[in-house]
Amino acid sequence: MEVTAIKAGIVIDHIAAGKGLLIFNKLNLAALGYPVVLLMNVSSQRMGKKDIIKIENFTAVDTAMLGLIDPNLTVNVIENCGVARKVCVTTPAIVKGLFACKNPRCVANADPDVSPTFHLHDEKTRSYVCEYCEELTRVN
Amino acid sequence: MQLKGRHLISPNDLTLDEIDAILRLAHDMRQNRRAYADSCRGSILGTLFYEPSTRTKLSFESAMLRLGGQVLGFADANTSAVAKGESIADTIRVLDGYADVVVMRHPKEGAPKLAARYARVPVINGGDGGHQHPTQTLTDLLTIDTYKGRLHGLRVAFCGDLKFGRTVHSLIETLARYPESKFFLVSPEELVLPERLKQHLGRSFSCEMIECRRLEEALPYVDVLYMTRIQRERFFNEADYQRLKNSYILDAGKMREAQSDMIVMHPLPRVNEIAYEVDKDDRAVYFPQAELGVYVRMSLILHLLGVN
Ligand SMILES: [Zn+2]
Repeated sequence: MEVTAIKAGIVIDHIAAGKGLLIFNKLNLAALGYPVVLLMNVSSQRMGKKDIIKIENFTAVDTAMLGLIDPNLTVNVIENCGVARKVCVTTPAIVKGLFACKNPRCVANADPDVSPTFHLHDEKTRSYVCEYCEELTRVN
Repeated sequence: MQLKGRHLISPNDLTLDEIDAILRLAHDMRQNRRAYADSCRGSILGTLFYEPSTRTKLSFESAMLRLGGQVLGFADANTSAVAKGESIADTIRVLDGYADVVVMRHPKEGAPKLAARYARVPVINGGDGGHQHPTQTLTDLLTIDTYKGRLHGLRVAFCGDLKFGRTVHSLIETLARYPESKFFLVSPEELVLPERLKQHLGRSFSCEMIECRRLEEALPYVDVLYMTRIQRERFFNEADYQRLKNSYILDAGKMREAQSDMIVMHPLPRVNEIAYEVDKDDRAVYFPQAELGVYVRMSLILHLLGVN
């Protein structure tokens, strides 16, 4: 299977197989209005299988969200048919408004004016401490 | 150290020196109450109680009135002027114009922290869900300091529901900051101290922790016994409840096993975990503890308002 290389835009590569669709949905790529391809279960020497997302003519992806979903993926910005630069993605230290606190008693789930905010607690277990109630929430 | 204008959301907001300053002033207020009768004249404490808690509210009101200040507020958001669905940010930005310091009790965890972000006056957390209740912790510390004369090197047993009891969590976390604390954690298996808190205590502090299933195992060895309520519904099965329930009830017989200078504390109200016969024992300090709560709140208010 072959998908044409893009001239300009962004390639999100080395996505853990199965997480491509999650990224596609979380970043709401369907609504972007640019050409988008999502490749799933592509064979990879390094990973066995991986997912890839290509977006044409668009580069402003939410890298915090990408790092949150899969800190091991790579982001290539494409210009003039070549990789212009790589964007580093890491598990973000502070996350605002990207997921909800799992504590049902938390004010962030109750107040109309609050954006749930978290601080990275443990990178290995990918757990975050809620800024408000201090409960732990694990991401994926 | 400057407490003027600060918020108190969690006991961790305070350094040990700041806690010490609050306790020292509270001790003095207890000895010389009259000397402080006009300290807060002209100041208003706002009591924003989004859920009822009569004892906490009265304790704060008593504290402010004993300082010569005045109080206003509401006792229950359902019957109060707080608009339904209004954000905390909006509410506090209106109400902070009516008072010089506010205490907020809220069923949602983190609500006082959120309020503090928008308030122009100091916000005191009067209890947020199962999360924090810093003035209860200060009350407990003042009680221990009053009767034991120190906060370090103490052997403290916590008995009852250690899983959901926020009073216990805050006090353990704070006492652990003092050198050479040793804790006996007495609870049924279903209600042990949360793993995360245990890990945190183990990693950050040098305190010693011993888990026990029965109160009798800890009682002879401790300086302080902190009793809490234990609810029948919290047990997974009836057999365990029947087998263990008496072990978590303190009575005169068990008191004979304790040291002669041990103190018994309880955040109150009690249900049946302390038999009434224990009240006559000099080591029972839970009623004085409630009174000390007023002095510690007086001291806190004075510090946050920056009154000399
Ligand atoms: Zn939360």
